[in-house]
Formats: sequence, structure tokens, C-alpha cells
Amino acid sequence: MTRIHDPHAIDGKIAAPDATHDVIVVGAGPAGLGAALEAARAGRQVLLIDENPVAAALVGSDVPLWFGGRASAAVQAPERLIETLVETEPLIAEAFEAGIDVRLGTTAWGLWRNRDGSAALPEAMLGLSDGQTSSTAGFGTLILATGARDCALAFAGWDQPGVMGALAFQTLVQRYQAFAGHRVVILGSGDLALETAALAQTHGIDVAAVIEVRDAVQGTGAVPAGLTVMTSQQVIRAEGGINGVERVIVRGAGGAEQTIACDTVIQAIDVVPAIELAEVGGGQVVTEPTRGGAVIAGGAGEVLPRVWLAGAAAGLNGSYADALAQGRAVAAAALGLDSVIVPADEGFDRMAYRADWLRALVATSPDTTLVCQCEEVSRADLIGVQPPRYLSRSDTMGTRSLGTLLEDGPPDAEQVKRLTRAGMGLCQGRRCREQISLLLAMAANLPPKSAPRGNWRVPVRPLPLGVMADWDQAAKMDEGWDVWFGIDTQWIPYRDIGTEAEQRHLAELGGNMHL
Amino acid sequence: MTTHHASAHYDVIVIGAGVTGLSSAWWLARDGKSVLVLDKGVIGAEASSRNGGGASHYQSPLFAEEQRLWPMMDDLLGYPTEHQAQRIIISVTQREFDHYNYIGDMCTAMGWPVDKIDGDTAREMVPITGDNCLGGIHLRFGGHANPQRTVQAYAWALQDLGGRIIQHCPVTGIETAGGQVTAVTTPQGRFSCGALVVAAGPQIAGLLAPIGIDVPLMAGRAEMIVTEPAPLMQLGGVDGNGLYGRQTMRGNLAFGGGPHEWIETMASGPRARPTTPLSRSLARRVAEMFPRAAHLNVIRSWAGIVENTPDGRPILDRIDNLVIATMSGVGFGLSPATGHAVRDLVVDGTCSFADIAKLSLARFAGIDPDWRAAAGWLPLAGA
Repeated sequence: MTRIHDPHAIDGKIAAPDATHDVIVVGAGPAGLGAALEAARAGRQVLLIDENPVAAALVGSDVPLWFGGRASAAVQAPERLIETLVETEPLIAEAFEAGIDVRLGTTAWGLWRNRDGSAALPEAMLGLSDGQTSSTAGFGTLILATGARDCALAFAGWDQPGVMGALAFQTLVQRYQAFAGHRVVILGSGDLALETAALAQTHGIDVAAVIEVRDAVQGTGAVPAGLTVMTSQQVIRAEGGINGVERVIVRGAGGAEQTIACDTVIQAIDVVPAIELAEVGGGQVVTEPTRGGAVIAGGAGEVLPRVWLAGAAAGLNGSYADALAQGRAVAAAALGLDSVIVPADEGFDRMAYRADWLRALVATSPDTTLVCQCEEVSRADLIGVQPPRYLSRSDTMGTRSLGTLLEDGPPDAEQVKRLTRAGMGLCQGRRCREQISLLLAMAANLPPKSAPRGNWRVPVRPLPLGVMADWDQAAKMDEGWDVWFGIDTQWIPYRDIGTEAEQRHLAELGGNMHL
Repeated sequence: MTTHHASAHYDVIVIGAGVTGLSSAWWLARDGKSVLVLDKGVIGAEASSRNGGGASHYQSPLFAEEQRLWPMMDDLLGYPTEHQAQRIIISVTQREFDHYNYIGDMCTAMGWPVDKIDGDTAREMVPITGDNCLGGIHLRFGGHANPQRTVQAYAWALQDLGGRIIQHCPVTGIETAGGQVTAVTTPQGRFSCGALVVAAGPQIAGLLAPIGIDVPLMAGRAEMIVTEPAPLMQLGGVDGNGLYGRQTMRGNLAFGGGPHEWIETMASGPRARPTTPLSRSLARRVAEMFPRAAHLNVIRSWAGIVENTPDGRPILDRIDNLVIATMSGVGFGLSPATGHAVRDLVVDGTCSFADIAKLSLARFAGIDPDWRAAAGWLPLAGA
């Protein structure tokens, strides 16, 4: 039987990718560089992309990392930053020499595959952008080495310049040489925090204190010389002025408060695997506390057909060398070579540690403390499931809360997000999704492992309309374009149905472009 | 968690906690009926909360009642809906301009006032349009609201009147006796009822087939994108250039349109709601329509699954003590009036405020069993 064509349907309208590559590696951190170099060594053609240097506007919006307003003016000069990136990571030069097509300042903002609910694509493809235009790219093999992002937990005064994440600090200090602070307080005492402290010292940045909420140092590595971790501490608040943080006030187990002068507070409690691309491509998300919370099922390896995951994005929480080795191993496996992928070390319950910190920070901060900075949603409004401030609040609205929603069923992060707007801002929930997830779990008496979570959507980085736009779109996309389903009888005024007027409208409107 | 007991009886059971089902339930509860709403998932999780929020469906017999009700809904429900009145429809091609003006004339002929506006007026009213704007039509009726907030408002208002909603409770069977629906069965037990309203979107056909009622429906997937907030415009209800959408009260620009994908759905609902590179074509059309907003970041895209009847018109019909309610993909804006109509059908047997006879299921009696194939409404291979 000949298939009847619905001219308004998507069938055949999505164009093939603008370019197709043998191997694409997303992320030029150690895992991505390891993967790209391994693939090149195996004689494959490799495209290696990395979003760094990130545009200054995104740095200011805390995307993709929590830069916390502590980037120097150096981030305004991307050409210089590219030089710095290449100078500070010798493997990038090695990649160039190996014939790898290395594109810095290039973002992968979408991954689309045919899967349940859609078979419209000619093939799987990435959405790429260099900041000026966007394009699509097909691949034989895709290796996602997208790294991790910062985990942010709110406390009093966190919503001011000078409060930032450990990965953003590492990026600004080490890769951009664009850190604007001088004296830092580090929250956390795991290996991440200890490495952050050591990095600061190496770069001549004064470490005023390392603060731990638990009663013992959490890291397995050495505490940097000259530093003592202050354990069993509560962070009361960060105070500051027009330029942001000037001091942090903490309270020890004995109840004595201490004021520590600093210009930056680095949250180094944990990092979060950057699963955005893998998730929007259809990867199954599971919650595994030891791998960093919401992660892709299976970990390092093939997570979707022809799509592989490596490094911190897969929950690896080890050293630079570990990530490099895992990247090489994943690429080798992806290319059908003998390979042993060493999985992430799963000893430490990262979500329990985050939850301990969050409970302590909630205990010391007023419930007017913002959880979502973009949309200005306080903790009280989140747990109260109250609408944003631009709406008036009726008396009945005040009777509603997460508690009454829980009577209807388990907490649903998407529902709470859309009612409160928490997580719906420009940073795409990067500064709030982990804490919202944990706060909802706590309020519902669920363990962290069962914390509800909001999902990622394309574009996984904010992307201007004019950049995302397909300006070279094939003509077939506009053929039969209709506002809705193109069912011409749908829009005939009821009184005209079955009359001569109906025929006139159908002829005039021509089946297209209904309101 | 509430424990649900079997053998509970309700005056009316509604299947589907979407905007149509919840509005119906709320109207019935206002009438003093004991009402239970059952949903396979979460309140409004499907198309009811994923749509463009438009409320300007002049073609519907329910439209006048919708227009009467919307300005009162926040007060009637007790919760905010973000309803805003009026719309502007912008054209950037002559074809669009002519088309929109034809529709404007059609609305005027129905008694709904429309101002035709030229490019300069449009640029004044919608500052993010550009030199390419040819003008359009200003509907001095219609409007838009926030879908998720509205659907939740119906749910809360229903509960405030004593109505009950059970989420994650799919209906697995409908029991009948002597031509009347007597009960529904679910994993959480059996619930008996005096009347049943089926407002389960794409799942309606599968629910009713076992009791011998064929409802011709096909599900499709549609996509939208949203930007970061822009400064608030005089009117948020602005679309055009082949798009539907609005500026939200927060300032975000949310727009959809373009080709849909026909998909198979299961009794448990759609398996996934993926988006495609169609996002790029949507971004292009928004940027063409609003050149002065082309710098705004897109921050999300999403897809929703909606059901369509063969003629795209609703089915609002009563068969014995069963009411079938599908709005064929155009349900959000009409929901205040749809609930009223369903209430009338359940309680009085006929709609009190409008003739809806042409929306009966009977119009599809004897439809070719292969009507989907004949229309080309088939899923792509491999979907």
C-alpha cells in the first residue's frame, strides 16, 4: 500500500547533519583528551570539541560552572584565553599534532537520536555552536567526556559575588588564569576540597580556612602544609559589600562564633557528573549516591548505541591520571580494541555528605534564603509551593504547600519547578537542582537516593535564538508548516460547520497556517 | 500516604487529571457531587501543562462561555492562573498577512472585535518586532494563561470542595451493567460510580474499546521552545509567523508550531516525549518575528503528546451515564467552559449554554477502520 503523506507531519523534514565525523569527543579535559588521542593513535579521524573558553556572558550567568562573580576581566578576551588554555594543558598541543580537529570555544548543546516517541531523524546528531552560529554533526562514534559541574548548596549570603564552586575556581585559576580573588575560605574537606586548597596555595592565593561540617576530615589525601581543617563547624553566613564577600562567620561545636576575613567562599563539598547531553540523548538516568547522584546507568562505557561516556561525567571522582586512563580505555573499547575500563571508586556516599552539609546550612539560614537565584525563589516558597512574587497570593494559596501536594503522591520535581519557578532560570538550574532535589526528599522523608529530580532539556547550554536558528534550513521544512496539526476542519467556526461558508473558509485558508 | 479503600462509591468518577478532566471535576464538585479523579501519573503532566497557554479559540461553540469565565477564574478557583486578555498576531510575509486578515474578518463576522494593525502600530505595540513586520491583527478578545498553574488550580479548587484525586492510579477496566457504567477497576482497588467522565486524552480510545465504544483518535508529538525573560510587553499574547505562544508574566518567550510527528501511545501513556532539531526551525521563526529579541537565550525545549480526532474537532458526548471528553488537541484555553459543558452533560444530559450537537461521537459512526492510513496519520517506521 502506498503510504499517504501528511504534508504537515515531520516525516522527512529534518535534514541530515551539516557534517559527519568518524569520532566526536565532547570535552577536552583529561578523559576527553585521553579518548581523542587514543582514537587518533588508532588511525581514526577525530573531532575534539570543548566549550572553553566560555563566553564572558555565560561566565557571568554561572554557566556551565559556578563562577560566582570572581572571574577577572581576562574572560572578556577569548583569543587570549585560548592561548592560555593551550599553554596550561600540554595535551591539547599533542592533540593538534596528532591531527585531531580540535575546536575550542565550541559547545555541544543538543544530542538527538531516534528513540521512543520519535523516529523523525535521518540519523543521530549533535547540536554544535561556536557562539556565532549553530550546526548539526553526525558521528560514527560519540564519546561524551563532559566532566562535572559544581554542586551548590545555599546558605545565608550565598547569593553575592564571591561565593563559587570548586570547579569554577579550578577553571579560573588553572585554565583561564583569570581568578579575581585573593583570600579564600573553602567549604568541605574531601579530596576535592583538599585539592582546591593545594591549588590555591600553588597559585599564591591565601587559604584563610577549610571548613568541615562533619567531625573529621573527609579526604584521603594529605591536608596541605600549613592548613588545619576546622571540623564540626556550622557556616552561619557570608557577609560583604558591593564587591561581594568580605567575611564568613562560622560556629564550632562549642558554640563560639568566629569571623574569618576573605573575599571568596569556595564550595568544595562535591561536584556533579555533567550528564546533560547523555540525558537529552535518551540515556537512562539513575540515582547512585556513590557515583555523584543522578548519573547515567552503566557508568563509563557505551550508554547508548554508538554513544560512550568517560571520566567525571560517568561519576569518576579520581585523579587527572585516572581520568586520562579511563578516557583512553573508553575510546579503545568504542573502537573495538582490547580494553579494560576501570570504573569509578564507589566507596564514599556523596549524596549523604551533601545532605549532611545541606541540613547544617538549612539549620543556620533563615527560610527566606534564596534557593533559586535566577527566579528568586526562597526555601520557604519552595517548600510552601508558593507562586513567584509577581503573582498575588490568595488566602487559599497560603493553605497549599509541599505537604498538601504530598497527599496526592510522591514529590514530583517537575511539578514543583513549574509551580514555584525554582530551577527555571537562565542558569538552567545549575545552582539549585541538587539542593532542590535534596530539600524535596527531606521534606518528604525520602532518603537522598530517592530524591526527585528535574530533567535536562535541549539546549543544555543557554543559546541565543539567533544562534540556535537554522538559517540555512532546507525548503522542505517550510513546506506544509502549520501552527498546529494542519487539520483544516479544526478551525472552522462552529456555526459554519456543514454550510457553504465552511467550504469557502477551507478554500481560503488552504489548510495551512491556522491561528 | 493516603490509603485508598476498595468499593468506595462516588457520584462521578473522572478518568484523567488533565485540564479537561479537572475542570469537569471541579464543576461537578461545585454542584455538590462527590467526585473522584483518577490519573495514570501526575496532575497535568501531559499536554495540559506543556501547551502554549492560548485561550483564543473563536471556532468553538464553547468560546463565548470561555471568554465569560476566564476573567473570573482566579477568584472562582482561589488560585492564580496568570490569565491575560487579548492577543496580537504578527506577520512577516504577505501570505501570513493575508491569512491573518482573513481570520480577522472571520472573527469580526462572528462578533469578536479585531483591529487590523499596520507595521508601525505593530512595532509600537510589540517593541521586539523589526522592520520586517508587516502588521497583523489585534484580537480584542481571547488571551492566554499559565498551563501548569491553571491545571494545578483546578486540582486544588476541586480538593477544596471535597473532591478527591488519586495520582499514579491507572484505570485498568470499566465495568458496565445494563448499558450503564457501574465501576472502574485500578491497581488501588475498585471504585463504583453513578456516572463516568473519560477525559484521558490519547488513552481514551484504549479505555473505551473494551466496552464496545470506538473513539477514533490518533496521538501526535508537538514541540516548543522558551527563552530567558525579556522586558514585559504591553500585551504578552503575541504570536504569528506560523507560531503559537506568548510572553509569560515572567517575561519568557514560549513558542511552538511546525510539523508534528504521529506516534503510537500505550495504555500507560507515551513512553517518552523527545524533542528534535525542529527546535532550530522554531528559533528561526521566533527570531524572524522578533528580531530585537534574537539575542535572548533559549533555555529549554520540550515536547507534548496530544490526541486528534479525524476532523480535529472535540468529542463532547454522553452515552447513557458515560461522558466522553476529548478536545482534539485544543483543550487548554477552552477548559473553563469545557468543564461546564461536561457538568451539564453529566447532570442535565444536555449543554445549557451552547449547541454542541456537532461534537457528538456519532459523527464518526461507520468511519473507515483504516482512516489513519487514509489521512497519512501513521507513525514513522521505527518509532
